[in-house]
Amino acid sequence: MTAEPISPTSGALRHRGGWWSGDRAFRTTTLACGGLVLAVLAAIALFLVVQALPAFRADSTSFWTTRTWQPDATPAVFGIAAVAFGSLLSSAIALLLAFPVAVGVALFITEMAPRRVANLLGYLTDALAAVPSVVFGLWGLYWLVPRLTPLQQWLADHLGFIPLFSAPQGVPSPSRSIFAVSIVLAIMILPIIAAMSRETIRQVDPQIKEAALGLGATRWEVVRTAVLPVSRAGLFGAVILGLGRALGETIAVALVLGISFDVNAHLLVPGKNTIAANIATQFGEAGSTGRAALIASGLVLFAMTMVVSLLARWMLGREARRRGASR
Amino acid sequence: MTGPVASGLRAAPGWRETRRRVTDRAFRAALLLAFLAAVAPLLLVLGYTVYRGASHLSAAFLTHSMAGVPPSSAGGGIYHAIVGTVEMVLLSSLISVPVGLLAALYLTEFGRGWLPRSIRFFVDVMTGIPSIVAGLFVYAFLVLGLHRGYSGFAGALALAVLQLPVVIRASEDMLNLVPDALREASYALGIPQWRTVLSVVLPTSAAGLTTGVMLAVARVTGETAPLLLTSFDNTFINNNPFSGPQSALSVFIYNSAQQAYAPAVDRAWAAALTLIVLVIALYAGARILARRSALRQR
Amino acid sequence: MANRIETERLTCRYGEVVAVEDVTLSLEAKAVTALIGPSGCGKSTFLRALNRMHEVVPGASVQGRVLLDDEDIYHPSVDPTRVRRTIGMVFQRPNPFPTMSIFDNAVAGLRLTGVRRRAELEEAAERSLRAAHLWEEVSGRLKKPAAGLSGGQQQRLCIARAIAVEPQVLLMDEPCSALDPISTLAIEDLIANLKDRYTIVIVTHNMQQAARVSDTTGFFTVEGPGEPGRLIEIDDTEKIFTSPSNPRTEAYITGRFG
Repeated sequence: MTAEPISPTSGALRHRGGWWSGDRAFRTTTLACGGLVLAVLAAIALFLVVQALPAFRADSTSFWTTRTWQPDATPAVFGIAAVAFGSLLSSAIALLLAFPVAVGVALFITEMAPRRVANLLGYLTDALAAVPSVVFGLWGLYWLVPRLTPLQQWLADHLGFIPLFSAPQGVPSPSRSIFAVSIVLAIMILPIIAAMSRETIRQVDPQIKEAALGLGATRWEVVRTAVLPVSRAGLFGAVILGLGRALGETIAVALVLGISFDVNAHLLVPGKNTIAANIATQFGEAGSTGRAALIASGLVLFAMTMVVSLLARWMLGREARRRGASR
Repeated sequence: MTGPVASGLRAAPGWRETRRRVTDRAFRAALLLAFLAAVAPLLLVLGYTVYRGASHLSAAFLTHSMAGVPPSSAGGGIYHAIVGTVEMVLLSSLISVPVGLLAALYLTEFGRGWLPRSIRFFVDVMTGIPSIVAGLFVYAFLVLGLHRGYSGFAGALALAVLQLPVVIRASEDMLNLVPDALREASYALGIPQWRTVLSVVLPTSAAGLTTGVMLAVARVTGETAPLLLTSFDNTFINNNPFSGPQSALSVFIYNSAQQAYAPAVDRAWAAALTLIVLVIALYAGARILARRSALRQR
Repeated sequence: MANRIETERLTCRYGEVVAVEDVTLSLEAKAVTALIGPSGCGKSTFLRALNRMHEVVPGASVQGRVLLDDEDIYHPSVDPTRVRRTIGMVFQRPNPFPTMSIFDNAVAGLRLTGVRRRAELEEAAERSLRAAHLWEEVSGRLKKPAAGLSGGQQQRLCIARAIAVEPQVLLMDEPCSALDPISTLAIEDLIANLKDRYTIVIVTHNMQQAARVSDTTGFFTVEGPGEPGRLIEIDDTEKIFTSPSNPRTEAYITGRFG
């Protein structure tokens, strides 16, 4: 085809300025707003780095290993070892507690509950996510901790030979320990893990389940052989999402935990700290280096949660792709 | 006819069969237990909040601030905190909803290509930002960087950062529910794309979009951590979100709960009850609206 | 204005895949042309290329020329939305706008391109609803939601909506395939009346329908799996159905495949 296109002679079909620029303005505006998302993320990284630099300059070599937090003293001695440890420890225990319950709830709603009730039950478990973290913290501090202390006492007395449960100076009453904090965190991340798990389990190919049932398998065996193995990636993704939430939780931890800057694995006694709670509690009294140090720790937290988010997206993306490929 | 087949089906179960049966029962019991373990905390938290807070809730409590009332005495109220929360959430929604909706429109109307895909990806990543990091960002940018000091607006900005990905995700889902056949019908009439969006796509998805907005509003109403760093706190009523620190319901609860005085803790519980009622009303409203729109689209 | 459409070596692609290749034909003005052929042979794709709806699909492209009264509608200076106002389309599934009333649906095209005056809109609504043989049934409830109409009525509403903007050509993509036989008959009657004013092109699966309503018929098919669709033969309807020139046409007509 080498002939020139015939130009419209009547002009009735030509572009008029009005309509054409309408669509162009629409595209530009929406594109700008979409790009804003990327800009905000980049800005967050940028501003945190800029404001954290003074802290790195003041104490660069031992930032990662120092446990104490004295950024405003002379000399300034501070590091995230203690708070990072606390964040990871409390999140890990919360995940350990929440994951089985969440998967159990997900299986209960999708496999066991009658169809009409399943929706309602879903709402109930999702409702937990609506409660603000400050209310969880309040409840954890004034209801849970006093009632948990006798249990912690019992554990320390009878299982104290296990380092996790040992209490060298006894269990105070009340005991605002990592144990209590982890339970509150577990309750808070439960709805997220449960919701994602429900989605994953619901999308398991019903034909696979029918194959298992056809072989005479019991409910448990169907789940064990047909549902869970196929859902591994999705469930793992759900766990990672819960991890991200737990790492970032600030207020419930700040209210419930009896804070200190030690690094040990004694779960039943008050002490330890998390990055997020440290920022919230130290913020009011921090001097300029102190603030920079807190922002530096916030940067570390941001990086941690970004890695976790990316991991979760990758896992859930793999699940979706695998499912798409098998169709 | 008796024989091997009939006896095989009706034979008394061997130990293997019994073990399978028992395991299955145990499994079902475990699931039920898990469900109860998930619902119990909800009832415990709500119940205890009502128990501790209801008796201290009063009209006076809702209409007075803490001006002139030291933490150790009874009296005072949360009016200033309510004002702060309402103003900041309104402000943040004013920012995040239009921007988020337009971004979602970009993703649904121009969806192919590397740019929309990376935006969608990073929106998902953004939903994982800890709220305190959002507060740190606005602190580093506005309060410290631009030397503007604490303000309700800074708080609103931090809340907007948290709301944006929620609005975009929910809006995108709703806009994708509008069948392409409707867009095609509009294009076939010679209507340009932007007009189609305005007059066909948006009205059709209006209820769903409103639901998404309400969910985003409910999400940030209870946020505390970002506000501690941006709007700080105030015992007095501050009606101007653009200058000076402002209180908020969540921050009020956080600060009062840590006081050593019983009246302060009582106030914290009453405020917590108020906050819970507010948040639940928003979520319930969103759910009811979602149900009505889903019926519409059947 | 003759309302004549011609295509010259029109080829339509989705990305790399060629859906329909090298179609050259001339469509009669103020007449009904039917396009028939087995599923998947590109008839609908070809139809959508006639009013520049094909390019709405991401990655879709077109080669060749489409001339409306000697103007190439794919010329770079041409605004696609203006093409679509001149060449209207009715789709397989009725798709009235769900949030609008019957009246609003009928005048949607007019309103959204700037017509505001009440009197003008009401006059246009009545005119197009009458032309679509729907006026008697809905004149008493114009403000009611369009979603409350039956399938056949909804499709007639879509036809009214399409002709309210006064196009020169009306493209219909299997307009009756989602409807019951009574509604189908009603719409076929409608088409017979509309051809006095519009050039109509109708894609249909139903050979009997093509034989009933059209003046000219074109037969499309694919030569083999993976091949693009091509126009095999186009001629007077009577000739196609009684003594087609091409053996493949005859095979399809007599039901030996398709």
